[in-house]
Amino acid sequence: MPDALLADTQAEALHNILAQHVGLEGPLLPILHAVQEEFDHIPAAAVPVIADHLNIGRAEVHGVVSFYHDFRDLPAGRHVVKICRAEACQAMGVNQMADGALQKLGLEWHGTSKNGAVTIEPVYCLGLCASGPAAMVDDTLHGRLTAEKLETLLAEASA
Amino acid sequence: MKIYVPLDTAAVAVGADEVAAAIVAEAKARDIPVELIRNGTRGMVWLEPLVEVETEVGRIGFGPMETADVPFLFDDLEGHAKALGPVEEIPYLARQTRLTFARCGVIDPLSIADYEAHGGLTGLRRALAMTPADVVQEVTDSGLRGRGGAGFPTGIKWNTVLGAEADQKYIICNADEGDSGTFADRMIMEGDPFTLIEGMAIAGLAVGATKGYVYLRSEYPVAIRVMNEAVRIARLNGLLGADLLGSGKAFDMEIRVGAGAYVCGEETSLLNSLEGKRGIVRAKPPLPALEGFLGKPTVVNNVISLATVPVILEKGAQHYADFGLGRSRGTMPIQIAGNVKFGGLFETAFGMPLGDLINDIAGGTATGRPVKAVQVGGPLGAYLAPAKFDTPFGYEEFTAEDALIGHAGIVVFDDSADMLGMARFAMEFCAVESCGKCTPCRIGAVRGVETIDRIKAGDSAAVELLTDLCDTMKEGSLCALGGFTPFPVMSALEQFPEEFTPAKEAAE
Repeated sequence: MPDALLADTQAEALHNILAQHVGLEGPLLPILHAVQEEFDHIPAAAVPVIADHLNIGRAEVHGVVSFYHDFRDLPAGRHVVKICRAEACQAMGVNQMADGALQKLGLEWHGTSKNGAVTIEPVYCLGLCASGPAAMVDDTLHGRLTAEKLETLLAEASA
Repeated sequence: MKIYVPLDTAAVAVGADEVAAAIVAEAKARDIPVELIRNGTRGMVWLEPLVEVETEVGRIGFGPMETADVPFLFDDLEGHAKALGPVEEIPYLARQTRLTFARCGVIDPLSIADYEAHGGLTGLRRALAMTPADVVQEVTDSGLRGRGGAGFPTGIKWNTVLGAEADQKYIICNADEGDSGTFADRMIMEGDPFTLIEGMAIAGLAVGATKGYVYLRSEYPVAIRVMNEAVRIARLNGLLGADLLGSGKAFDMEIRVGAGAYVCGEETSLLNSLEGKRGIVRAKPPLPALEGFLGKPTVVNNVISLATVPVILEKGAQHYADFGLGRSRGTMPIQIAGNVKFGGLFETAFGMPLGDLINDIAGGTATGRPVKAVQVGGPLGAYLAPAKFDTPFGYEEFTAEDALIGHAGIVVFDDSADMLGMARFAMEFCAVESCGKCTPCRIGAVRGVETIDRIKAGDSAAVELLTDLCDTMKEGSLCALGGFTPFPVMSALEQFPEEFTPAKEAAE
């Protein structure tokens, strides 16, 4: 696949982000977070620009993007629902709950609904271990979930 | 009227923001002036949202609150359906020894005046008047050990950094609290952030570091917001910057956000991540204390270790060391989670038997069914069946049971738990989160999942294979991820062998 180019407005946004992170020690993660915040993913065309700016190889930037679960190379759905799959939530029955919800949506973990509304991801611990099962819809947290509550959250996010 | 509604994630996730908004609206409708304070949580998570109203007889609690319960707060407080009485008299809280968490839930987390009024900055002022070596000695004498899980004596680590010659040293706070069942780091960062900032500043003075970073996981949006705000306020008030509290000494810090990799809670992986690299584990030596962040001498400490330093300096090493059991000195904020009736944070001196914590303090399971097992210390911690519930909560005591206390999270499971399934999950988690540097972890975890699937399918020879694989991972892995994944797997296998009996044989 040939490298897609960034549109002028995107290039400008990227350069602004890079300018804001000058002088930081270890700037790559803060830059990538800012890029993902701006574009909802890390566009392939941004990788060489970031690499040139930091004077590191493209492979190194790509390696970092692909290493961390948070960074995606394609846009997610309009809402991202992260369901906790860690032990404390499992002790409260999250496995069955999540399986049911995924089946209903016809999705696998990391899948995005056909209308592009919602992406479902597993997360390993939201620190809500005494109020599980827990999930995060975008940046909003939800504890003490029941199958019904999870269904409502997913229905709202999928709309 | 002064009303407290927690801003803690565990409160917000069950409707605290909505309750706070309802309080403001109701007060406005009734034309009653209300001072609403968003405090941290007291740690009694089953009562969240726990609203507190200040009265002549102290702070009275109400919970778990729903918006429908709000109007009655303005009528008859004593007769309120959710009234819990004076919060500090609730047995769960009254039975604790709160040193690290003394202010959490009590104060406005972002008020320096409140912080100082409750003992804050006393430790830093004392440290400023001491020599660096004396500060390190004080921490050593307290017996404080790394609360992240490894349990390495904090003072000894600091002493190594103090003795290292360099033009720049760093204090790195490991706030990548990824272990399931743990939330103490999150709770203190949201409820008493200045404690962590003060602890890091004291660490900086002690070892000669002028710069610090908190590596905070991205799964904690509330903690990220509160910590960033606290750092900003601390700078404005001279608690950070070029001239700490007018002493002429410098220390500043930044909050950095992780990117969803569990392995970055391992200190060398964290350092790589902070430098902007993949979170690959580094071989030791060199120790981070000598060659850490950007190759400079670096203290890497857990949130709770650093947040405990102010109280040690405030009250003295001996005061802290007087609590505890054997070589486990002081208190531990124990987090009781999972399928549990009274889940939350319980800070107490080391030494309480595990079973007391589960049955007495936490009241058994939420489902009311018998406890089958508990996992202590996160995804890399062993499962303990009730037969081991007399084990006192301490580092060495747990090691003797082939277990670990780790970051002191306890996840309770009722008798419906599928132990083979949990063992499989431990391997699956390791496979997902392995950094890939060493073979026993990268390949071993994948083979572990397959081997457990073979056992489930009826291959009895696979049990021995799994045991052998666990030995290899334990002995051959570079860090605790691959090295400790055998703990949950083997503990499940050893204590619940019948669940690993091939289905075919069981049927015969």
